[in-house]
Amino acid sequence: MPPSLLSLEGATVRFGGRAVLDDVALDVAEHEVVCVLGPSGSGKSTLLRAVAGLQPLDAGRVTLDGRDQSGVPAHRREVGLMFQDHQLFPQRDVAGNVAFGPRMRGASRVEQHQRVRELLELVGLPGAAGRSVAALSGGEQQRVALARALAPRPRLLMLDEPLGQLDRSLRERLVVELRELFGRLGTTVLAVTHDQGEAFALADRVVVMRDGRIAQSGTPLEVWQRPADAFVARFLGFDNVVDATVAGQAADTPWGKVPVPDDAPQGARSLLVRPAGVRLVAADAGLRCTVTARTFRGTHVAVHLQPEDAPRLEAACALRSAPEVGDTVGVEFDGAEIVVLG
Amino acid sequence: MGRVRTARGSAARLGLMVLPVAFFAAFFAYPVAAIIARGLKIDGAWRFGRIGEVLAQSDVRQVLWFTTWQALASTALTLLIALPGAYVFARLDFPGKQVLRAVVTVPFVLPTVVVGTAFLALVGRGGLLDELWGLRLDTTVWAILLAHVFFNYAVVVRTVGGLWTQLDPRQEEAARMLGASRFAAWRQVTLPALAPAVAAAALMVFLFTFTSFGVVQILGGPAFSTLEVEIYRQTSQVFDLSTAAVLTLVQFVAVAAVLAVHAWTVRRRETALRLVDAATTARRPRGTGQRLLLAGVLVTVAGLILLPLAVLVRRSLGAPGFGYYRALTREDGGAFLVPPIEAIGNSLQYAVAATAIAVVIGGLAAAALTRRDAGRFVRGFDALLMLPLGVSAVTVGFGFLIALDEPPLNLRQSWLLVPLAQALVGVPFVVRTMLPVLRAVDVRLREAASVLGASPWRVWREVDLPMVRRALLVAAGFAFAVSLGEFGATVFIARPDNPTLPVAVARLLGRPGDMNYGQAMALSTILMLVCAVALVVLERLRTDRSGEF
Repeated sequence: MPPSLLSLEGATVRFGGRAVLDDVALDVAEHEVVCVLGPSGSGKSTLLRAVAGLQPLDAGRVTLDGRDQSGVPAHRREVGLMFQDHQLFPQRDVAGNVAFGPRMRGASRVEQHQRVRELLELVGLPGAAGRSVAALSGGEQQRVALARALAPRPRLLMLDEPLGQLDRSLRERLVVELRELFGRLGTTVLAVTHDQGEAFALADRVVVMRDGRIAQSGTPLEVWQRPADAFVARFLGFDNVVDATVAGQAADTPWGKVPVPDDAPQGARSLLVRPAGVRLVAADAGLRCTVTARTFRGTHVAVHLQPEDAPRLEAACALRSAPEVGDTVGVEFDGAEIVVLG
Repeated sequence: MGRVRTARGSAARLGLMVLPVAFFAAFFAYPVAAIIARGLKIDGAWRFGRIGEVLAQSDVRQVLWFTTWQALASTALTLLIALPGAYVFARLDFPGKQVLRAVVTVPFVLPTVVVGTAFLALVGRGGLLDELWGLRLDTTVWAILLAHVFFNYAVVVRTVGGLWTQLDPRQEEAARMLGASRFAAWRQVTLPALAPAVAAAALMVFLFTFTSFGVVQILGGPAFSTLEVEIYRQTSQVFDLSTAAVLTLVQFVAVAAVLAVHAWTVRRRETALRLVDAATTARRPRGTGQRLLLAGVLVTVAGLILLPLAVLVRRSLGAPGFGYYRALTREDGGAFLVPPIEAIGNSLQYAVAATAIAVVIGGLAAAALTRRDAGRFVRGFDALLMLPLGVSAVTVGFGFLIALDEPPLNLRQSWLLVPLAQALVGVPFVVRTMLPVLRAVDVRLREAASVLGASPWRVWREVDLPMVRRALLVAAGFAFAVSLGEFGATVFIARPDNPTLPVAVARLLGRPGDMNYGQAMALSTILMLVCAVALVVLERLRTDRSGEF
């Protein structure tokens, strides 16, 4: 593994006795794009502020390029931070915003001008230099904020909810552009978001946070396939999570006995059944359920099923074979789509 | 259809303006015009040549020069001393901040007479500094400048600090992430955002010190005289009405110019800034620099604001067994036909009436001015409302005497005369406090209410009123404190048997002897306490700090 550019060890921040960041350890390698994913209040913004030097640590340390950053003020850390609401300077025009970083680092007028042109070109806003930032659309502001953060060539670029305020189609387009751009520039990125789609699309590695602690870290695929615990599974949008007792290749659940993979850990566990692992069969076979709702999802239909005295189940059905609301169906489980959580 | 509705809207706004306009015409424009006419019209003919003659006199020029440079110096000194205070109150969290914020505002609502008296007790003959080090400043211009700083400290702390608390701290953080040091971030991002507020505060301070009366009257002695003091002297001692009229005109023009600039900077302040909830921006002081700054500001507040007030209280206790206070209850037959203590009752009565008038007139005016897209006529009205702040109160008072004593408006015998004059000064405060809050009410809330079936009247009652109720109370409190302290106009029109507190203080100060001096201190202390109580109540009510005072 290459030496990490950024490293946090035992990083702790307390606000009035409550630990917002609780003994966090995290490494980001050069050229790596890491996305911290978590619900609001999980401490992810505080994590960025601690790395930036805007929030002093109560314990632990932050190192950049192997050098301890305690005592290094924010403006000397050479990290970039793109704020959630951009924080463009309203008194300056687009060029004034983008040139700010190079100017603070003593770049000449010519260099500043050059850099502004380069970056506006890069983010797809050539010729916007003289515009007022108040006149920009949300997507344009986002691009200017990115150009401004990249202009001083930070060692590490941090993004706080980079696409949070944009509408869905713009977000989906920009996330692809960002990914492509970071790949091309080789930028090291630490981003935080509460949107799993954004995190999975952007990141080489995803870190899930909960209550100031890291709940799981891995590639998007690993996290998606094997959520570390019930919290992560639910946060990723899986609802079929129950307590179960695993013995051998089967588990006892409120939905009855279900098959589990060969290497599943044994004993009292949480168990996740992916919607695709809930198979609908004839009403007189398997677990008897009533269909309470169906939602069209484009590629499939999500069907909500209510067993007689067990938690609700969500199933993914092919478009044509989805039952109607009120129908009674039977349910069987596919062991390949079942995950025993830690 | 749209045009019909707009037309109806403007008609409604004009309707709201009728009463305030009539009020200003009858009780401001008419008396001031009457004074000027009395001075410049001789045998039915205008004599504008008099203006040139008066301005050519060397002593008049000297007064003009002194008025201008002391106002400039006072403004510069106030900014220098109060801007660090604005920062500390806006950005740092420390125990006792709420109380201290109220304390630094006390001087602003204190009657100028009390401010003068307090400084006299500090730097005058036999004052604290004289006792300690034999240092006297009462014959120097420093006493006036320091008193002006004392008086206007809160204007800067509130106007600049009010905006400062609402500036998003992340703007500075964004600059720091781009490589700006703490100072560079402040210099590059915060200062440009604050500049219009600093300019507006500077102009207000300039205005208040340019028209300074009570302070200069008491501390200036024979050597220093501002336009306002000179107008008073010419009207009530020299009886040279034509000189007084010319000086009034000069002051009027200067004040109108300052107000025009002020209105312009206020409008510029409304350009898009990133404003956030004021409650989220203050932090505990971090690092040596911030702690030193906090300490420096606390020492300044203690020395410049608490000390004069404390000295005033101490001097009022100079006679054994609250002697000066007890003396206030006796009829002494001299300058007063009644025991001085009765001035408290008079003052309170007048202040209640003046507050009621100011709230009604100012409230209507603010409602009419609420919409930002108001036309030029309405904006002109906005500036007009500020004029009484700067136009010679002495002129207004004297104008009341000579203009309102014959039909159709014969108020000479009416007790209402005093509250009317005081309300004139209170209205600008009411408008300035209410307007930002009214403008901040999101139009969409009103739209939501009307879509849900509320009539315009119900919309006002259910949406606007709950949101502005506190601002209304704050405005009323300001009007109350201002009318309690009003001196320049009241000194002319308060009847000898019904003096207000400031008038009684000035009269006591004007007479020789320790007893009178001590009583003046005692009465000033009482006045200060009444104002302070009004202010503490205000500070509790105040939630929105974006008002301009």
